[in-house]
Amino acid sequence: MKQKKTLSRGMKCFLYVLPVIILIFIFGYLPLWGWSYAFFQYKPGRALLDCKFVGLQNIKDLFGNAVMQRNILRVLKNTFGIKFLGYVFSPLPMLFAVLLSEVRSKRFQKLVQTVTTLPHFISWVIMFSLALAMFGTDGLVNTTLHNLGSETTINVLNSDKHVWLTQVLLQQWKEVGWKAIVYFAAIAGLDQGLYEAASIDGAGKMQRIWYITLPQLIPTYFVLLIMDIGKFLNSGIDQYLSFGNALNKEYIEVLDLYVYNIGIGSGQISYSVAVGVLKSLVALVLFASANYVSKKVRGSSVF
Amino acid sequence: MTLITKIKKMSREELIFHLIAYPVFALVLLVCAYPFWYLFICTISDNKMVDLGQIFLLPKGIHYGNYIKVLKIDNLSNAAVVSVLRVIVGTGLQILVSSYAAYFFTKQEMWHRKLWYRLVVATMYFSAGMIPVYLNIKMLGMLNTFWVYVIPGMVGVYNMILIKTSIEALPADLEESAYLDGAGYLTRFFRIVLPLQKPILATVGLFGAVNHWNDFFTTKLYVTRPKLYTLQFLLYELLNQVRAIMEQPQDSGPGYDSLTPMATRMTMTAIVVVPIMLVYPFIQKYYVKGIMIGAVKG
Repeated sequence: MKQKKTLSRGMKCFLYVLPVIILIFIFGYLPLWGWSYAFFQYKPGRALLDCKFVGLQNIKDLFGNAVMQRNILRVLKNTFGIKFLGYVFSPLPMLFAVLLSEVRSKRFQKLVQTVTTLPHFISWVIMFSLALAMFGTDGLVNTTLHNLGSETTINVLNSDKHVWLTQVLLQQWKEVGWKAIVYFAAIAGLDQGLYEAASIDGAGKMQRIWYITLPQLIPTYFVLLIMDIGKFLNSGIDQYLSFGNALNKEYIEVLDLYVYNIGIGSGQISYSVAVGVLKSLVALVLFASANYVSKKVRGSSVF
Repeated sequence: MTLITKIKKMSREELIFHLIAYPVFALVLLVCAYPFWYLFICTISDNKMVDLGQIFLLPKGIHYGNYIKVLKIDNLSNAAVVSVLRVIVGTGLQILVSSYAAYFFTKQEMWHRKLWYRLVVATMYFSAGMIPVYLNIKMLGMLNTFWVYVIPGMVGVYNMILIKTSIEALPADLEESAYLDGAGYLTRFFRIVLPLQKPILATVGLFGAVNHWNDFFTTKLYVTRPKLYTLQFLLYELLNQVRAIMEQPQDSGPGYDSLTPMATRMTMTAIVVVPIMLVYPFIQKYYVKGIMIGAVKG
């Protein structure tokens, strides 16, 4: 009797949440049927089943077809290049937090934090507009150079040189302050006794940073880095859509943008889905591995 | 006087550190804040002086003509309405549905709770991909509707996890007594649990609102009807036109008394960025909390 009662309560609870599960199913799982497009030679305007079934040919083409292969390689190179260059800058938020928290004036700390976090909350479209205002051909830098009598025009936004570096630096400008917050919180939670003991033993500021603060932040740094590597292929698209143009296209087209361009831009649905399928699978493996490593490092998993 | 005594008390190392750190961080401040400031003073300065590069620190020849003209741009007021509606409806639905789901997923007695919860959370890490999602939205008939802005993001899984963690921190007795008094799930959720979640709902809501406001890709991907454009997308389009001009060698622009392309895009950017600036102090109040829970949960 009692058994039955708990079961019906559990059922009732489930029925309440069922609409949410259905929503999740419709928008999270139902799109998987779209993967079938990868196995047909889909032509827009026709029903999928009227199109020619080609099996794995589309996926083979990605690696066999010379043009496709060249494009995929280029796009992967861009995705990897921008990401790796980003990793070079990955200790920056940690260093920023460590140094800023050593500054005596709390008010100055607060001010710097407030201002540096703001760019995180603006969109990449706004970023592009700000970049145009500063570095565009009619932007502040160039008009000033001309006023000073220089003949050259610096055109970083509109050139095929240093595209990766420009994009990564923009990311740093936008995100360093935001990413530093985790480290500020971690620093605030460190045991103050250690610092006092070190001071009594005669350790200077730099020694305290080097031997006490940094070693305790390194695990956080690695966990965040690993999680970021887990999301490696999801480079996002907003930034590259905003900053991409005909001149830097060769170097700015990352995987997501490429999928968009061939799928929506030129209507090659089947190929773009094939690329997307491979991406989703690789991303899943990457994420699982990152989760596994992170579990080893800190003893708890994300999922 | 106090400053001098403070400095005297510092060790040599401490002093050197501050002598380097203050200028460095002051430079960081400048680099972060100046583009916003420059953009803003340009919008209210004389357009001719802006083009000639004579504006650096303070606005000159202050006028509000740019704003008046930009506000008259075709479709702008309509896009503003769409953006605001999207933020209100989208964020409201997201908070409601996410907290509703979060509440029920705290209930141990739910039939196969673990399985359903995992199914929901998995969507955070796995996506069928952009084009399949697009095809799905198309199949559901949501292309070129307002709903494409607010419905697919309704269950914010990440938000749901944050709210669930927060609900789990409530003492169990709280609901227990209401349960014994015969209150059902919904009564307990709306009357007892939800009112106690205001801080986390504010956090989640502010972040959701900013994301809704900032998004332009949804419009780019799913919407072709100009009546449904958002402000961000309108700005994106405008910048695209500028880009198209930029790619060809350009002669001097139109007369200075009219709206220059640069003045147009700067003014429009200012209009789009102002709401973010206005809610930023509130966001700041909550974001540390948000990112800390986020850091733990991935």
